[in-house]
Amino acid sequence: MKLTTLFAGAAVALGLATVAVADGHEKTKVGFVYVGPIGDGGWTYEHDKGRLMVEKELGDAVETVYVENVAEGPDSERVMTQMALDGADLIFTTSFGYMDPTINIAAKFPDVKFEHATGYKRADNVSTYSARFYEGRAIQGHIAGKMTKSNIVGYIGSFPIPEVIRGINSAYIHASKVNPDVEFKIIWVYTWFDPAKEADAAKTLIEQGADVVLQHTDSTAPQAAAQEAGNVVTFGQASDMAQYAPFPRVSSIIDEWGPYYVARTKAVMDGTWESMDTWDGIGAGMVGIGEISDAVPADVKEEALALKAAIADGSYHAFTGPINKQDGSAWLADGETADDGTLAGMNFYVEGIQGDIPQ
Amino acid sequence: MDLSAINPILLIAALMSAATPILLAATGELVVERAGVLNLGVEGMMITGAICGFSIAVETGSPTTGFIAAAVGGAVLSLLFALLTQVTLANQVASGLALTLFGLGISSLLGQGYVGVKPPRMPDVNFGPLSEIPVIGPILFSHDPLLYVGLLLVAGVWAVLRFTRAGLVLRAVGENHDAAHALGYKVVRIRILAIMFGGALAGMGGAYISLIRVPQWTEGMTAGVGWIALALVVFASWKPWRVLLGAYLFGGITQLQLNLQGAGVAIPVEYLAMSPYVITIVVLVMLSADKSAAPGSLGRSFHASS
Repeated sequence: MKLTTLFAGAAVALGLATVAVADGHEKTKVGFVYVGPIGDGGWTYEHDKGRLMVEKELGDAVETVYVENVAEGPDSERVMTQMALDGADLIFTTSFGYMDPTINIAAKFPDVKFEHATGYKRADNVSTYSARFYEGRAIQGHIAGKMTKSNIVGYIGSFPIPEVIRGINSAYIHASKVNPDVEFKIIWVYTWFDPAKEADAAKTLIEQGADVVLQHTDSTAPQAAAQEAGNVVTFGQASDMAQYAPFPRVSSIIDEWGPYYVARTKAVMDGTWESMDTWDGIGAGMVGIGEISDAVPADVKEEALALKAAIADGSYHAFTGPINKQDGSAWLADGETADDGTLAGMNFYVEGIQGDIPQ
Repeated sequence: MDLSAINPILLIAALMSAATPILLAATGELVVERAGVLNLGVEGMMITGAICGFSIAVETGSPTTGFIAAAVGGAVLSLLFALLTQVTLANQVASGLALTLFGLGISSLLGQGYVGVKPPRMPDVNFGPLSEIPVIGPILFSHDPLLYVGLLLVAGVWAVLRFTRAGLVLRAVGENHDAAHALGYKVVRIRILAIMFGGALAGMGGAYISLIRVPQWTEGMTAGVGWIALALVVFASWKPWRVLLGAYLFGGITQLQLNLQGAGVAIPVEYLAMSPYVITIVVLVMLSADKSAAPGSLGRSFHASS
């Protein structure tokens, strides 16, 4: 645990003691397990903003705790167990790799509610929640297809899980729709957060001719690499990353977890919490699109905003046929849209993307 | 698959840059371990150096001052370790781990105001016409000064350990501190100096990431490089040139696998992703078949009364 966390924890504990003595009423305790540091400027940063919103909205009625840099896998079980033993009523585990650990620990603490982000395994006291990032990827793909001059779009993948593959497919479909010659170069870095490695991957893609780099990793390092290169377009990932606007960062996908965290915490307080699966997108406000900067031509910006509006009001689905799978077999017929089940478990590339998905 | 997309010249140039943080940190740790001290706090010293270097470079506008500050920051943090292990004789493993945790915490505290700030750029060394030579120019003569400093430090450490009296004394302290003490050498003082040297180099390695390789400040941005440097020292059997080989091998294969992925080579990505670790370990283990052993007093506390 970090020094700052310790201080924060001590301050919160002190506050708790005072209030508990004052009115004898116990606060609802909400725990957050983070995969990166809260200062990553991306994924974890946005989850922590959600946590702060819970504190702000619900004030003295709640107490929040968090642990940063928790490795996915067995180590996370230790952190979750500790949180549950410390009296947490609700625990948000905010990375895909916490899926099995969350299920394991939830079975041991039936009275504690768990919420796992981006996974698909649920139990009586485990909900899952995720955002339809692929809707934002559609808009990025559109802008990328229009902006690339070399027709090579680089994509930094983290882990080959359905969420990331959906993003690649969605971006590719919409890029190739406006630019049939576009080619995606995909590099898997097998980490969510490693600025040096992310920067290396971005530089490699740029050296191989990419002039647009999309990232599905958590730090702003690829943005810095693109800025150095000078003529490469990027998009903020998970957070706005506005410090790199207006160029290289021309837009972004922003995760808006706050309202969901507040609602779920309230549900625990009211006793109305139930295990459920939430998967919201642009329309519900869980996925935000960061301001499209002036580096994007006005007509492209207009098209992107129209696409965003169509996705938001439900008149357009990011996966609308005709779409074939990579091997050429038909997936969606003309006008057919993908069902959530297929999307949730997506493990194939669409037609036109080169290379294999690591298994 | 399109191998022509890979430019071997850029690849080699990139690997030298990618290897430098590991090289600096591992060279420093090598000296520390040759003096008989096991400092597991490399990661903490690197990240502290990363933010010290970054913040000072931003405030002064001079990357060189930043690197000096990074070295000072790493050395100051390592003094804490020296105090714990050399003066109060605390366990070195536990103190080193604590140093890493402390370094990560203090760096994120120091870095609060520096997220999203762009640091001043360190210009490449100007070699004049040398950098115009085809192939060799871009590979050897188009880098930032710190990369050359790293190479010189490896050569320097090797030469000092091998040919000088100071190096002999340092090794004596590391091999058998009781004997060195009996001969009248100041074991604790020599070890503290070695620890500070290690801290300074780790700090510079960290700053290389935050000022040159990425360049930005993000919490926890060293993301485990310090541990790789530590492992490298052991696999390189405490020999400077092998540390250089290991660092370049590791950095090189890391870059190569990214390039191969980008070019769409039909090797499963998971093999590519693990290849830097596997190949570096295999090569260095094969080299260390010559029965080179760890310094005799490595990790043992010393007190003049014993």
